[in-house]
Parts: sequence; structure tokens; C-alpha cells
Amino acid sequence: MSYEAVIGIETHVELQTASKMFCGCPTDFGAEPNTNVCPVCLGLPGALPVPNERAIEWTVALGIALGCEISQHSVFHRKNYFYADLPKNYQISQFDLPLCVGGHLEVDPGSGVRRVGITRVHLEEDTGKSTHLGGGGRIHDAEGALIDFNRSGIPLLEVVTEPDIRSPEEARAYAQELRAIVLALGISDARLEEGSLRFDANVSLRPEGADELGIKVEVKNMNSLRSLQRALAFEIERQTALLDKGEAIDQETRHWDEEAGRTEPGRSKEESSDYRYFPEPDLVPIQTNPEAVERIRGALPELPALRRARHIALGVEPAAAATMASAGLAAMFDDAVSAGADPRAAANWVTGEITAHLNRTGDDPSDLVMDGRGLAELVGMIGGGELSSTAAKEVLIGVLAGEGSPREVAAAKDLMQISDESAIVSEVDAVIETHPDEVARMKDGDERLAGFLVGQVMKATGGRADPRLVDRLIRERVGL
Amino acid sequence: MPIDIDITKVARLARIGLTAEELAHYEEQLQVILEHAARVQALPTEGVAPTAHPLPMVNAFRPDEVEQTLDREEVLSQAPDREGPYFRVPPFLDE
Amino acid sequence: MDPADLTIAEAGARLRSGDLTAVDLLASVRRRASMTEAILHAYLTIDAEGATASAVEADAALQRGDDRGPLHGIPVALKDNMVTRGVETTCSSRILSGYVPPYDATVVERLRAGGAVIVGKTNLDEFAMGSSTENSAYGTTRNPWNPDRVPGGSSGGSAAVVAVGSALGALGSDTGGSIRQPASLCGVVGMKPTYGLVSRYGLIAFASSLDQIGPITRTVDDAVTLFEAIAGHDPSDATSYRGDFPDPRADLGKGVEGLRVGIVSELSGDGIQPGVAAAFQATLDRLAGAGADIREVSLPSTEYALSAYYLIAPAECSANLARFDGVRYGPRIDGATVEAMMSATRRDGFGPEVTRRILLGTYALSAGYYDAFYGQAQKVRTMVSEDFKDAYAEVDVLVTPTSPTTAFAVGERADDPLAMYLSDICTIPSNLSGDPAISVPVGLDDAGLPVGFQVLAPALGEGVMFQVAAAVERLSGFESRPALATSLGAA
Repeated sequence: MSYEAVIGIETHVELQTASKMFCGCPTDFGAEPNTNVCPVCLGLPGALPVPNERAIEWTVALGIALGCEISQHSVFHRKNYFYADLPKNYQISQFDLPLCVGGHLEVDPGSGVRRVGITRVHLEEDTGKSTHLGGGGRIHDAEGALIDFNRSGIPLLEVVTEPDIRSPEEARAYAQELRAIVLALGISDARLEEGSLRFDANVSLRPEGADELGIKVEVKNMNSLRSLQRALAFEIERQTALLDKGEAIDQETRHWDEEAGRTEPGRSKEESSDYRYFPEPDLVPIQTNPEAVERIRGALPELPALRRARHIALGVEPAAAATMASAGLAAMFDDAVSAGADPRAAANWVTGEITAHLNRTGDDPSDLVMDGRGLAELVGMIGGGELSSTAAKEVLIGVLAGEGSPREVAAAKDLMQISDESAIVSEVDAVIETHPDEVARMKDGDERLAGFLVGQVMKATGGRADPRLVDRLIRERVGL
Repeated sequence: MPIDIDITKVARLARIGLTAEELAHYEEQLQVILEHAARVQALPTEGVAPTAHPLPMVNAFRPDEVEQTLDREEVLSQAPDREGPYFRVPPFLDE
Repeated sequence: MDPADLTIAEAGARLRSGDLTAVDLLASVRRRASMTEAILHAYLTIDAEGATASAVEADAALQRGDDRGPLHGIPVALKDNMVTRGVETTCSSRILSGYVPPYDATVVERLRAGGAVIVGKTNLDEFAMGSSTENSAYGTTRNPWNPDRVPGGSSGGSAAVVAVGSALGALGSDTGGSIRQPASLCGVVGMKPTYGLVSRYGLIAFASSLDQIGPITRTVDDAVTLFEAIAGHDPSDATSYRGDFPDPRADLGKGVEGLRVGIVSELSGDGIQPGVAAAFQATLDRLAGAGADIREVSLPSTEYALSAYYLIAPAECSANLARFDGVRYGPRIDGATVEAMMSATRRDGFGPEVTRRILLGTYALSAGYYDAFYGQAQKVRTMVSEDFKDAYAEVDVLVTPTSPTTAFAVGERADDPLAMYLSDICTIPSNLSGDPAISVPVGLDDAGLPVGFQVLAPALGEGVMFQVAAAVERLSGFESRPALATSLGAA
């Protein structure tokens, strides 16, 4: 039988505020274990939480970007469950009164635009991090666990979609678009490998054309766009096989094992459904006033969808526009264009060599030493005949290595094209003199020999002569 | 009216490892207290808003500023078990 | 007079006149403690070193003219549920045995800033849950008026040390009457401020929306002094009140002429012990004699207040006490898995009353019962507050006996939780509404045990509350001290 997948995604986004959600501890990644801690985020007796105002503003900003309604009255709840890396054994989260409700996001997986409903966006706190000892990493084989509370209390946004997603490709496109928005808003570094963005998905299958939903499986632990897509593809295949055999789907939580390439049943947490939510009595309600929401709306940067449309209007290929947006390179492109670069050429460099450089080094766009002005300079030098495109690639490598501006690097490496006629004339004359046969055949009409002669001059000048100029000079000399 | 209490589940949710005898004892006491407490249900409260907080306050926030953290040794000195800079606990679950 | 028998105001005057040093005052208070503690067991920890250092520093500061205010050099005690950096803080629970906090509660910082000398930490019912101080993992505190009796609770240790002079003042915490009821049973003044006026940062939470720290002292004037030292906005507590509040001392000497004083019908009849009823009536007569307009008002929802309280407080406590899990601090009972370790640690670490309330609260919040129990209790809470608002449209303050009975015998109610809970019937409503209330001693019953008179006022009405309390104090002329203190003072 043919089935339709019904997928909903919950995304956790770690915000890049300077301090934690409910205390003043720093949020920097990679600090020494248990150093970014205080009575509040360690759950010491007597400590009390106080919410970070910026985290609330950023949640509202994302809500606006996703077309949500911003709740005028919102409340934090306690979500009660025992876990060794959850210091208070309850998480301060939101329940029936989240900050943002009911938005949507348009995504294009390549097969046309789809609208994914956003159920809610709410704010909560992250847990500490446990490392399991011994036993090959499997939780239940471990001899114990070590806990670091540095991550405890980092603000965490949760974005929940409606079950509107129908394929792993759509899921990926959704995640990619959400990530682009988060980056554009500057509210998270969105580094997947550091867990700044984490995905859980609910997946069920139903016969094609059916209305009612099938039994839902929750898939956790997907930390990249690729693993999200792979995990969902695996899960759909697994459930299809079970249904085809006439077997029932268990309503359960499964974990994606990236290495094995499959989902595995999670630990059975029978009481997990009873979180005993109740209003957090240590906090008072959040009341957003319409003026504050409008102020945040007015300060929003250009969102990826609009930016892409604007770039396409500048002549950039849609695929390149999408790549720039999702890779966080759109701002560099815009800077280059406003510094005078040709949009198409700039986009080619951004999505080509610069993206390749980032992939190679694993760097973040913010790590790049070259800015949009530098890119404009490079593109301008090529357009103005000062650099060949081959030489330009070498110049770019130097610029990205911090050796200077494109012009400085090109000069230092002696890569500037020779466009001065008088400097090339003697080389042209020498080549004509040493190749009388080729010159004669060219005069007889064999055009291809022009290319050969140009090549000889280029060789003699170490590749630095402007080939268009050489070609013209040879044709003049030969008398064509 | 006896009140329905799954005391085993309640104790497990509360992570208190009681013996069968202790569970029975607490169940009995909870019955008495809850029967008294269930009187709240007798009060007509239609249209009454719940009070979570005695003072009608909203929007108590802090600016996003970094403050002093605790000394790690002072913190870890209170830990029942530690390993280097970490808190140590037994393994997470036996299925 | 032994300096341990001075009020804060008297001691302050003598410290400034040079008749007394903080070091001598501390020595006197400590001597009193060493003579009474074997009987009372009111202190869990005496911080000899820290207190001596503070007293020496207080004297030196006064010498150089650096006067930090009315608490400068005054020995005070803290209920052991307020964290003190470097000094063991147990909440009278085994689960915190040996715990040394790395920070000071806001009230502790404020006392220190005001030059107070912190003598030590006092006994309480484990995690402030109880009305007798019998639920302490470290032994029962005895009533200074009769050691066979309980001192009340949960701030029984703080009330007892003030009654005998082993501190000139103390801080307690009040969730359902835990300052006022022991103050009443020990014959001292105990006050619960308007919710939010005193920071809870560093108070080990029992029920966050009800807990409030307040003073226990010998006189109303001293209570105002201690209250002023600890009150005021604290950015570390999101539930801390941010506005201005009226000067609590402004009307202290004004008397009650023309004030409308309400008796609560529901809290003045059944279940009030005859000795308590007599002392209460005598006080009303004196107030009327002084020109107060005594009226009767009704708070119809109060009969449900106790039930609501015994759902809300346990619900909040079940979450507040979840952090005691053997991972980061406190003792641990080993287990093969982290779950087993936590379950064993918590079973061993919590006493029966705490266990009972955690289970009760867990139940009241769990799926299927939330609306019928916790949700309904929150609505009753609204109705209790509405009743108070209606009453305060007619009267300036309300008055009740603080506790329906005087001090009961040790062990008497230990096996009957419900009877124990009824001790708080007059005090609980103001925790639900968040309003201020104070207990003032007004006399002794036939058994020679003190009776407390409670004055309640609307939110931020500390001024009128203290005004009436001071009048009650003057009119009653209650100056008795327990024999335990007077015999020693004489010696």
C-alpha cells in the first residue's frame, strides 16, 4: 500500500544571550566544566530565578518573524521530572500560555512552496550535560556519569510545528529555513555541531488519501539537517515495512543513531507523560504591551525570504540566493554589492570559492577575514582586467589567510595582469619572429593559430599578460 | 467518598523509595487529609480566576548582563561524589 | 540587668552610650544560651567564631563613629532555613546534614550590612513543615514556659531563643503561621510581612507563593526595627515588591482611637480554648476602652482556606524539594542506578511529615487530579482574598486569636496530622491572601502559658498593623518572661 507521512518538528534553539535564562552566568561554549555556575543554575537551596529580558524579546522577535500572535499574557510553568542533569528536577518552561502562538513558515524543498504551520514558540531553560562512562557509550552499560552544569540554564527556544510536513525533504527545507531566520535575527549562532539547534520529530503514516492520523513515533537526537532528513527517511521506511506486514506501530520514543544510520527504541519512561505542570511560583506573569511588540517588529532585520527575493531581482540565481541565505553569507553579498560589485559575479564567488573555503576549514562566516568590501575589490579587479580568474582564486586564498587586501595580495604574489601594451609588445614581436610558419598559416586563414600564438606569449609572461590584449596585438601584427 | 490514590505511582513520581508497608501507611494518611482537602470542591467557583500569586505583579526581569560565578572548588566540595571537575553519579538507567 | 534581657532598642541605646559593648552583649547572650540550651535545644548551630568577629568589628566601627543603624552590635538568630555562607544550613533535615552553602541569603546580607551579630541557626520543623518543631531531624525544641510543651512551629527555635534571651531578636519564616504561631506559644512578638516585601532569595523554599521571612522579637518596636532592616526590593527575587511602601513606624504611638477593628465571626467561636478566648476578649475590651470601634465581620471562605492551603503548599513543596537528590550536595545513599540512588537518598533524607507532604503535593498536581485539587484550591485562594478585600472596606484591621490553643504537650498531636494542621486555622488565610499579620502576647492562661493576639491588615498595611499591635502591647501590659529566663537573669 502507499502511505503518506505526517511529520511535526520540535526545534530547540539555544539563544546567544550573554547571560543565562534565569541567572547572570555566562553562556560561552567550551568553558572549563562547572565554572559557568551559580546558586541559581546549580539548583542550590534558596536560589531564585529571574528571567533574562533579552531572551524574552528575542522570543517575541522570532514569533513575529514566524507570523505568530504574541500573547499579551504569558506564564512560566514548572515541568517536573527527575533527571540527574536537571538541577532542580523541574525545568522552568511554558505550558498553556506560551509567548507566541499560531504562525507559519513557507519552505521550498525544490518541488514548490509549502506552508508549514507553527503551533507555538516558547521559552525554557537548558539542562546540564552528562557524559556516560564505560560500556561503549550505551547509556545502560555505563558505570556512571559525569555531570557538567555549564549548559544548565542557557535560554532555549522551542518552536513546534503543526503536523504539516509530508517528507524528509520538506523537513530538511523547514529546518534550513528556520535556521536561516534564526541567523538573520542574530538570536543564536545556530551551530548544529555544538547543539545550538536540536531537532525532534513526530512521525506517523497513514494510507494515502486518509484523513485520520496514524500512531505517532517521536524521533529524537537529530543534530544536523542531514541527520534529520536521514532519520525521517529511515523511520518512514521502518514504519512502512511494519504496516505492510500488517504489524502495529508502537507509540514510542526512538533515538537516531547517526553511525548506525537507524532509529532505536529509547528508554521506557512510563511516567514521563505526567510532568505535573503548574505555574512557576517564583516568577510573575509576562505582560507584553502592543507598543513593545511593535518596537521589536520595527527593529527586525530583513528576513531570509525577502532577502532571497531581492537577490533574485538583482540577477542572482535562485539556488545561489538560497545558499547564501542559509549559509549566513547574504550579508557579505549585500555589502559587496553596495561596495559596487557586480551581483552575479559576487554571488558566484560567495557560493563558489568562499563556501568551499568554509566547508574546507569548518569555519563560520563570522570567522572570515574578508568582508563584503574585500569581495567587491576582488570582483572589480577581475572585471577591470587586472586579475585573471585563475589568479583571482590564488589571491582569494591569500586574503582569507589574512595576508592583506586583494590588491595587496595580488601585488605581493606578483599576480597582477599586465595590461600595459608597451610591456607586452616586445614579447609579442619575439613570438612572431620565432614562429614564422605559424604566422604564415595564420595569414592563410587558419584562425586557430591565433590561440596558439597567444598561448606562447602567455607562457613567456608567466601567465600575467591580459590574454585579450595579447590577442588583439597579435592580430594587428599579423595584419588581420 | 474514598479518594482514588495510586500511592505506588505517586511515590515513584516523587522519587521516594518506600517499602510496601510505608506506602500503605502513607496512603491511609493521604486519604484522611485529601478527604478534608476535597472540601474545596464543594465551593462554587464558576467564573473565579485562580490565584497563583498574592501580589498582582508582572514583568520582573533582569538585564542580560554577566555576573560573578561561584568558585568551582567551593561548589564541588559539597558533592557526595565527584571526579575531577565533574559531579559523578551512578549509571542512568537499567531497563 | 543582664544584657541578655534587654530589648533591641534598650541594648542599642546602651551600646551607643558606651555602657555596653557588642562583645559583652554577645557574651551575655551566649551565657544565656549555654544555660538554657540543654533544656530547650533551640539552636542547631552556634557560630561562635563568626559572631565574635562580628561583635569585635561592631565595637570597632562604633568607636570610629561608623554607626550602621539600630541593629548595630545586636545579637540575632536565624532560622536554619536561611542560607549562610560557610555556616552549616540544614533546614532541620537529614537530607542537608553537613551542607555548607557558598552564599548568603539576601536577609543575611542585609543584617550583616546593618551591623547585626549573627549568633547562630535555630531549630525548625524539617523544611518548615509543622507547627511544633517536633519534626526536626535533630531533636525537638521545648517551650521555655514549660519544657513538656512544644514551642510551636515551624520557627519554634527562633521563638524560644528570643523568649529566653539567647538572642535579642530572630528571623523566622511564615508559610501558614510559622512565625506567628510559635511567637504566640512562646509569649513573644512575631510578624509576617506583606508577601514580596522581604526577599526570599536564600530562604530554602517550602511553598514559594506563601513563604515570607519576618521578625520575632520581645516588643513590637523591635519587630519594626528588624522588619525595616530586611524589607525592600531585591532584584534577585522576581516576586519581590518593587514599589514604595509606607513608613511602618509612622503611626506606632498613635493608639486606636476611632480605628475600626473587625472580629472575624468564623475564627472566634468553635475550637478556641477557653483560656485563649478569655484573653482575646479581655484584649478586645481594652481596645474598645481605648476608643477602637469593634465590629464583627465575616470571611465566609475561610472555612475552606485550610483545605486550599493543604493542597497549594504541598504542591509547591513537592517541586521545591525535588532538588534534594544526592547529586550536588547533601548525603547520598548509594544505588545501582541514578534513579535508585535518588529514591534511596530521598527516602532516607526526608522525615515522615515532609514525605507525607511531598506525596500529597505530587498527587494533587498529577494528571487527572490537578483541576479537582490544585486548580480548585487556587480558586479558593482568590475567594479568600476577595473576602479580605470586602472586610477591609468596612474595617481598618482584623483581629483573631493567633492560635486556637496555647502550647500543647510534646507528642500530643504527633500522630494526628489533621489535628496538627488545625493549629494554623487562624494564621493560614493571610498567607493565602499575602497580607501582613502580627502576633502580640497579651496574657497567660490558667496553666501559665502565653496567649497571642493576632492583628491582620491589608497588603502593604504594615503601618496600621504595627499601630494596633503597639496599642495592644501597651494596653495588655504583658511583661512576663518565662521562669527559665527570669531565674537565670536573677542569678
